[in-house]
Amino acid sequence: MGALEHVWGEFASWLPHVQLAHFLIVSALLFAFGLYAIITRRNAILLLMGVELVLNAANLNLVAFSHYKMLSLDGQAAAIFVIILAAAEAAIALAIVLNIFHRFQTVNVDEISSLKE
Amino acid sequence: MQLFDVVFYLFALVTIVSAGIVVFSRNVIYAAFSLLFTLFGVAALYVMLQADFLAVTQVLIYVGGILVLMLFGLMLTSRVVSVDIKGSSVQTAPALILVALVAGSLAGIFYSTWKSVPAASSAAVTTTPLLGTLLMTTYLLPFEVASVILLVTLLGAAFIARRKRKA
Amino acid sequence: MAHETLITLSLAILLLPLAGFVLLIFFGRRLPRQGDWLGTGLITVSFALAVTVLVQKLTQYHDETLGLSFSWINFHDVPLVGPLKLVLGVQVDNLAAIMLCVVTLVSMLVHLFSIGYMRGDVRYSRYFAYLGLFSFSMLEIVLADNLFLLYVGWELVGICSYLLIGHWYEKKSASNAAIKAFITNRVGDFGFLIGMLTLYATFHTFNLRELFEGIQRLPGDGQGWLTAAGVLIFCGAIGKSAQFPLHVWLPDAMEGPTPVSALIHAATMVAAGVYLVARTFPLMTGDALMVIAYIGAITAFIAATIAIVQNDIKKVLAYSTISQLGYMIMSMGVGGYTGGFFHLTTHAMFKAGLFLGSGSVIHAMHHALHRQNDHHTDAQDIRSMGGLKARMPVTFWTFVVFTLAISGVPLTSGFLSKDEILAGTLAFAGLTGHALIPVIGFLVAGLTAFYMFRVVILTFLGEPADAGRMEHVHESPAVMTIPLVILAALSLCFVFSLNPVDASGSWIARAVERPATVVPSVLAGPGAQEFEEGVRHFHWTAMALSLTVAGMGILAAFMTYSWKKINADAIAAALRPVHTFLLNKWYFDELYNGVLVRGLLGATVVLRWFDNTVVDGIVNGAGLVTRGVSFVSGRFDHYVIDGLVNLTAWVSGAFGLLFRKTQTGRVQTYVVLALFSVMIFYFIFRLG
Repeated sequence: MGALEHVWGEFASWLPHVQLAHFLIVSALLFAFGLYAIITRRNAILLLMGVELVLNAANLNLVAFSHYKMLSLDGQAAAIFVIILAAAEAAIALAIVLNIFHRFQTVNVDEISSLKE
Repeated sequence: MQLFDVVFYLFALVTIVSAGIVVFSRNVIYAAFSLLFTLFGVAALYVMLQADFLAVTQVLIYVGGILVLMLFGLMLTSRVVSVDIKGSSVQTAPALILVALVAGSLAGIFYSTWKSVPAASSAAVTTTPLLGTLLMTTYLLPFEVASVILLVTLLGAAFIARRKRKA
Repeated sequence: MAHETLITLSLAILLLPLAGFVLLIFFGRRLPRQGDWLGTGLITVSFALAVTVLVQKLTQYHDETLGLSFSWINFHDVPLVGPLKLVLGVQVDNLAAIMLCVVTLVSMLVHLFSIGYMRGDVRYSRYFAYLGLFSFSMLEIVLADNLFLLYVGWELVGICSYLLIGHWYEKKSASNAAIKAFITNRVGDFGFLIGMLTLYATFHTFNLRELFEGIQRLPGDGQGWLTAAGVLIFCGAIGKSAQFPLHVWLPDAMEGPTPVSALIHAATMVAAGVYLVARTFPLMTGDALMVIAYIGAITAFIAATIAIVQNDIKKVLAYSTISQLGYMIMSMGVGGYTGGFFHLTTHAMFKAGLFLGSGSVIHAMHHALHRQNDHHTDAQDIRSMGGLKARMPVTFWTFVVFTLAISGVPLTSGFLSKDEILAGTLAFAGLTGHALIPVIGFLVAGLTAFYMFRVVILTFLGEPADAGRMEHVHESPAVMTIPLVILAALSLCFVFSLNPVDASGSWIARAVERPATVVPSVLAGPGAQEFEEGVRHFHWTAMALSLTVAGMGILAAFMTYSWKKINADAIAAALRPVHTFLLNKWYFDELYNGVLVRGLLGATVVLRWFDNTVVDGIVNGAGLVTRGVSFVSGRFDHYVIDGLVNLTAWVSGAFGLLFRKTQTGRVQTYVVLALFSVMIFYFIFRLG
């Protein structure tokens, strides 16, 4: 097992030590992806998935700060609330999407633009 | 610590790749299931951040509740009869630019400002009772309000999604 | 009678006819009989006053000049001119007193005659009004003591002449004649004005007495301009008294009513020229007087030659008038001041009588022709008359008296005056050697006798041209014959001189003495002293010669027209070119027409071309330029201005179209936009 640990050690020393910033960058990337999905996706439900990604990114951000002693446990408490609200919102949103589906026979957001000029 | 880093990178990679698939996939089912993996990855990251209660909650609610709901929604609203359950995208170009801007800005801020912060003690503490106490004391009001919101949501969703009777 | 009373009476004499004019012009038609009694009455009163003035003047103030003047305008200092002062006034000397009587007498008789002659005329009251105005104007010329007031009167008589000649203005020839008279007068008046202003420029006064004093004070040499001034003043007389070359208006003036011809063109207005020469006699240099003498002589000759071939009775009298005026002017020129003025007075009487007599004849002829329904025969043509003696005795006998007077037959006033003149010409010839003047004088005397007796014979004697016409001819009414008788009486010599053969001792010769000249002696003509001696010397010679030529003239007339011993037509045929030349009045009218009238019309053609082409061209050019400018401006406005406005609107529309694209109705678009905005703000705050 010595050689494996050696290689493992070599490999491991390549990677920078994980700091707060790394978690935050992951959260930023998740946020970016979520935003992209919101802006780009035609299907309403996929759009909602983007929203979930954004919320998750925020949560991650909060928890990371909480862990690195910047927010004590308040971060986690906030994250709990975010989850609660995300659930509520997803429920309502999907109910609305189902309604739209009944009305317009489609869930493509650019086809339900009655307000278009 | 090194194991920690490796595990972190691993789960970070899983999360981000899954998120990429969610966002860029043309097949909506693929997207939905990738979201599953993304959520799981985030839960793992929670664990690494010693937020055990939150990780479990994440899996329970997000994966077990919200994702299932979305899958239901997808199934109900797609023309399953026709083979193509495809999702297309619009205005990709401006979106890419914008997102790149946002991501770049955010990453830049995070990296430059909060790069080196001393780590927390790695003592494994279970956060559940702590969180419970917090919810009952400091965050009592938001807690109650959240319950009301859930109630309203329940009623509202049920009402909105009910079968309309033809008058 | 006091000095002031005489002046007052003179002013009354002057203003009464003016009052008559004003009243008749405004109210004439509403008065009974259209106011002829008003005009005649006023002039009669004037005459009575004139006689009073004359008598008083000659008895009490024989050698004085009475006067009254007032300052009318007095600008003390006009820039570039100096003091400007106009003093107006009247003066009554013997000359003026006698003229007052002559003018008012003839005017009164003409008024009386016109009551009969102009009966039923279309503008009866206006005729009498104009007669009154004329009388006033003539009297103003007589009484003026300064050239300015005289000029005013001068122009006024010109206007009256125009109005009265053109009394029957519906007839084109009458209105043309009126214009011709006025324009010809104007030409002469222009010279008069220049002369007057020349004198004013030197002496700054119009007053005659002051002018004479001023001239007297001039140094002896370098005063050649005085001749020019004198000749220029004489130009007025040339125009007004129908002298050569401005005599052409007088024959045409016969278009007016015959009483008008009598008053204006025989007795008074034409005499105004002679009067002017008499008034300005002291300032005439010897050369100026020479010019005057020759012009008078030439005029007398030309007119006499034309008169012998005329067939219209009034035309004969018109040319006779011109000829006799030439006589008077000639007399003035040679220095025969007294003789010239004397002849003026006697001529006024018998020429007025001749015209009124001819008027009587014409009146009768019109009546007769009207009865015969003959509208073609000319009532004034002596060839259509003849034998009127039997039917119109008064007219005939008075006419004979006048003819004798004009011919210079003894016992008439004309004999005495003509004699004076001819003696004067001989004296002049003796003093200066210009013998042509007396030659012309005597020749004209003979011609005058000839043509006047020709008229008498053809009109009154012999067989009537048409027997039937004679039935309707009768004597004129008393209003017309009484003036004739009065004038005939005044044409006898005894009125003027008790001595039938020598008038030098008569009241008129003593009253009207030649005034001393005031020009420097180097420029003056023969003196009064030598002249008087010459006249006395040649007195009997002149008388003998004049009687001879008169007798020859009368004899020739009888032989040709009464006893038919000489055939006039044969002579006329033999001397056809001469006859035609004389018949056409020496072609003066044709000459003036060709040179002056045509020349002026030619000039007007040039000016019209100029006006049409150049001036209108400029105006049209300006119009075209404006059009061009407005065209360019319009294009500019259309394309540039409107273009800008449209461009603004288009830009707005384009932006609208552009920004409309943001209203997609898709939430995702709005999200993108919002996020873009946020990022922009972030970068601004981060970098700022």
